Amino acid sequence: MDVNPAPTGDDTWEVAGRRFRSRLIVGTGRYKSLEETAAAIEASGAEIVTVAVRRVNLSDPKAPMLQDFVSPERYTYLPNTAGCHTANDAVRTLRLAREAGGWNLVKLEVLGPPPYLYPDMEGTLEAAKALIQDGFEVMVYCADDPVAAKKLEDLGCVAIMPLGAPIGSGLGLTNPFMIHSIKQQAKVPVLVDAGIGTASDAAKAMEIGCDAVLLNSAIAHAKDPIRMARAMKAAVEAGRDAFLAGRMPWNYQADASSPMTGLIR
Amino acid sequence: MRRPGLRCPLRFAIFLADMPDTIAITVNGEMQTVAPGDTVAALLRAIGLDTRKVAVERNEEIVPRSTYATVPLAPGDRLEIVHFIGGG
Repeated sequence: MDVNPAPTGDDTWEVAGRRFRSRLIVGTGRYKSLEETAAAIEASGAEIVTVAVRRVNLSDPKAPMLQDFVSPERYTYLPNTAGCHTANDAVRTLRLAREAGGWNLVKLEVLGPPPYLYPDMEGTLEAAKALIQDGFEVMVYCADDPVAAKKLEDLGCVAIMPLGAPIGSGLGLTNPFMIHSIKQQAKVPVLVDAGIGTASDAAKAMEIGCDAVLLNSAIAHAKDPIRMARAMKAAVEAGRDAFLAGRMPWNYQADASSPMTGLIR
Repeated sequence: MRRPGLRCPLRFAIFLADMPDTIAITVNGEMQTVAPGDTVAALLRAIGLDTRKVAVERNEEIVPRSTYATVPLAPGDRLEIVHFIGGG
């Protein structure tokens, strides 16, 4: 018996034919500086990072760029469509991302209005269809809705990423049963994307059986982002190990751990 | 009274006289002027951007990087020039 299994040794996961060791995907937004972004990502152990696509500042064309601090050679860039509220905007954004970066693995999100920015599934399905037809490999942010998740998988999305709670809310997994249901039926990786607030939330997502976790604000908005990045790395590994180990059953009564025989009288 | 024989050359002459030395386009929502015949590559150079780190959309169509030097800008063009920034 292997008494010392490495937590992440051979336990890799695969999305769109690419294999990864880390089950933590981190965003690159909302940090105080590009230096802090780079340090936090390094501490998180992530191999995939999400990035946004935005207009260049024409009045400051020589401003430092993300690529100068977070190398696309070292990390797999996953361009997102944050801020897109229509399928057309999302498709245009990712076509630009593909041209800027030269890769076709993307994160699609089509959002409803504030204050929840809840995924707009009608727009998401429409955009997913167009992107897949155009040769993209689509990891899709979606509602915690097993029916919509199945439709996205049937369209050919390479990963299903339901929210745990609204983006940037830090409320954790408000819907563990729905996440579990989506994972149960899916044949592609399922990731919790959005809502993670602290390490135990990430561990919980992994204990449910998710393939990976995607988060940004939980690290970037921590008082000490680099320490929180480390915590998230450990939490995802712990949660994955706990899932693989198989938890004990729930008992609604005590079951003593120490033998009941040989007690002194 | 229609005098097509005269009208066409007249209009052409007016066009030549009015031929602008700049054309107006929109770049990232801002009005800009460029010289007639300027290409996407010339525009990027004028702005001072590293072409390897940006992507360009012209009138909602991607401009492939390999064609920057050959795509001329036309009056009224709407360009989006983007890059990657931090995001979640």
